[in-house]
Amino acid sequence: MKRSESNTATDGGSIAREPAQSPFETVSEIEITRSERYRALVNEYVITPAHILWDDWRARVGFLITLSFLLIGTVGVLLVEETYAGHGDTLVAPFQTMAHPLGTDGLGRDILSQLVHATPAMLEMMAAGAIFSTVMAVFWGVTAGYKGGSVDQTMMAVTDVLMTIPGLPLVVVLAAVIDPSSAWMIGVVLVVNAWAGFARALRSEVMKLRQESYVEASRTMGISLPAIVTKDILPNVMPLVVVNFVTTARNVIMMSVGLYFLGLLPNTGFNWGVMMNAAYGQGGVYLSSLFHWFYAPMVVIVTLSLGLLLLGQGLDRIFNPRIRARHMNTDDEPTSEPQH
Amino acid sequence: MEYFVKRTGMAVATFVAVITLSFGLVRLMPGGPMDYIRQMNEGAGQSPDEVARQVELYAAMNPDEPLWQQYLSYLGNVLRGDLGRSTWYHEPVAEILGNAMPWTIFVSIISMILIYLIGISIGAFMAYVEGTRFDVSWSGASILLTSIPFYVVGLVLVSVLGYNLDLFPTGGHYGSGIDEGFNLAFIASVIHHGALPILSLVLAGFGAVALQMRGNAIQVLGEDYLRVARLRALSQRRIALRYVARNAILPMYTSMMISIGSLFGSSIILEQIFQYPGVGYFMFRAISARDYPLMMGTFLFITAGVIVGVYLADLTYGYIDPRAESGDSEAF
Repeated sequence: MKRSESNTATDGGSIAREPAQSPFETVSEIEITRSERYRALVNEYVITPAHILWDDWRARVGFLITLSFLLIGTVGVLLVEETYAGHGDTLVAPFQTMAHPLGTDGLGRDILSQLVHATPAMLEMMAAGAIFSTVMAVFWGVTAGYKGGSVDQTMMAVTDVLMTIPGLPLVVVLAAVIDPSSAWMIGVVLVVNAWAGFARALRSEVMKLRQESYVEASRTMGISLPAIVTKDILPNVMPLVVVNFVTTARNVIMMSVGLYFLGLLPNTGFNWGVMMNAAYGQGGVYLSSLFHWFYAPMVVIVTLSLGLLLLGQGLDRIFNPRIRARHMNTDDEPTSEPQH
Repeated sequence: MEYFVKRTGMAVATFVAVITLSFGLVRLMPGGPMDYIRQMNEGAGQSPDEVARQVELYAAMNPDEPLWQQYLSYLGNVLRGDLGRSTWYHEPVAEILGNAMPWTIFVSIISMILIYLIGISIGAFMAYVEGTRFDVSWSGASILLTSIPFYVVGLVLVSVLGYNLDLFPTGGHYGSGIDEGFNLAFIASVIHHGALPILSLVLAGFGAVALQMRGNAIQVLGEDYLRVARLRALSQRRIALRYVARNAILPMYTSMMISIGSLFGSSIILEQIFQYPGVGYFMFRAISARDYPLMMGTFLFITAGVIVGVYLADLTYGYIDPRAESGDSEAF
């Protein structure tokens, strides 16, 4: 469509010369091709976050640690042979032979192999817990915050009750009575009430957003509730959600390993907590010949926990608009504007 | 006043909800606690009447009554403090836990006070000297310490200081042969025995508080009212305590209340590591021995403790933050 200065109305809008041109058919002056739009999306969602992550050494370390655990859990399992009782001599000290770089345990099982083969179940547990708690919290918080009134009051009463119940005893009791068998189930049980706190935080955020003029505009225009929630509300709380996802994953790991260490969760395959439990049972706290067996899983847990903590802080920075603006590619400004 | 009533109602409702949950878990799980206790007694070759009586004694509910009646009598029993009888220790659950509770409260409360005292002091100082070597090194240390689970700290401490260097005891509340009472030897022994559990909670916990305090304080330091305060030439001390500290600590009050619950809960793992016979220790024993009355009793006990703690903290909040006095629960 061609335009000139002469067909611009006083309020800046354009007057259609051709009678067939209705205002509803007016399209944007700047045309964005599909490839340009994709480039903008990639720039916004991939390149800019990557820049920010890479710029901060803490976030970089966190990202690399988390990524390496993901790789160990997927590729590493294929590379490292699964160990079995009597695989090597019992209690081989670490850093002595190439066959068992981290030594062996009291049954001659390779420690490195145990650590690696415990990872997939841990990742599943983390994923299950984080996904369940995020979905629950988002549903609960957004509904309560958006609906308000008696719905909000009822839903918040439920979260208040859940928040007061101490998590660890509740999880222990549930695990003892329900006896969950798969890693996914355990992950869900571990966050059974942990989502309530985040639901409350989300609710207050949504209550603030609800008052924004653009949400009001959408409401006045009669846009459906699901559309408002997904297009206007959710993108704005996404930063909180992503950071919470990582934090929850970290809590799930710390809790599950602690409970496995006590033997309070059903024993399924290799596990860092179970390793600690076995070493502890044979005197790992005081026998220095068992230290490599007892401390190796602890080092792994602390590393993963540190990685997730740093990643969470880094993600927090990614979503901080002030930091974000500095890293945005400013050459193609019109196309890099946020899409939501 | 309205706030007080509302808050009390909330605390009672929470406790009833927890009792209901406990009832549901004990009574309704197929093959769960109730069936287990019944089987245990039936195996002893008793008459059905005798079995029912025994089950009622242990589980604090009578399996032959209709469900709603069982629920009501269970509710009444729990509120009166009758939690049934331990199938392992053969003592009333309330008695076992009543003796264990003070120790857990001692460790949790002292840890919480130390965590917040140390965390807030270091965090505030980091904010004041933001960007200096002190700030950077302590931020790093805080992150590192926060990422270590408390049980790992506990295990390392008990392994190194307890077993290998023999500096601290590795179990019990106080040394054997010391009379319980208000004397120096007893108090010293209690502190000696409680030091490692407390230390592991504090070491693993204060970093998060320090980082949060640092963030809050930096934000407050940039506020306009602080500029005004400086222009009014108020003393540094007054600004630091009345303006910065107060406004930076207030938002942490809620997380402090919730930390009571998590510290109480962490006793399950902690007291096992240090062989410290508190509530968590008995919960672990109960689960290992499938002692369901004791297990559910511990759960109810810990929850009740947390509810009371949060309730008291909530009520006192009005004194600390006058804005909360208006009872505006819709506040963001």
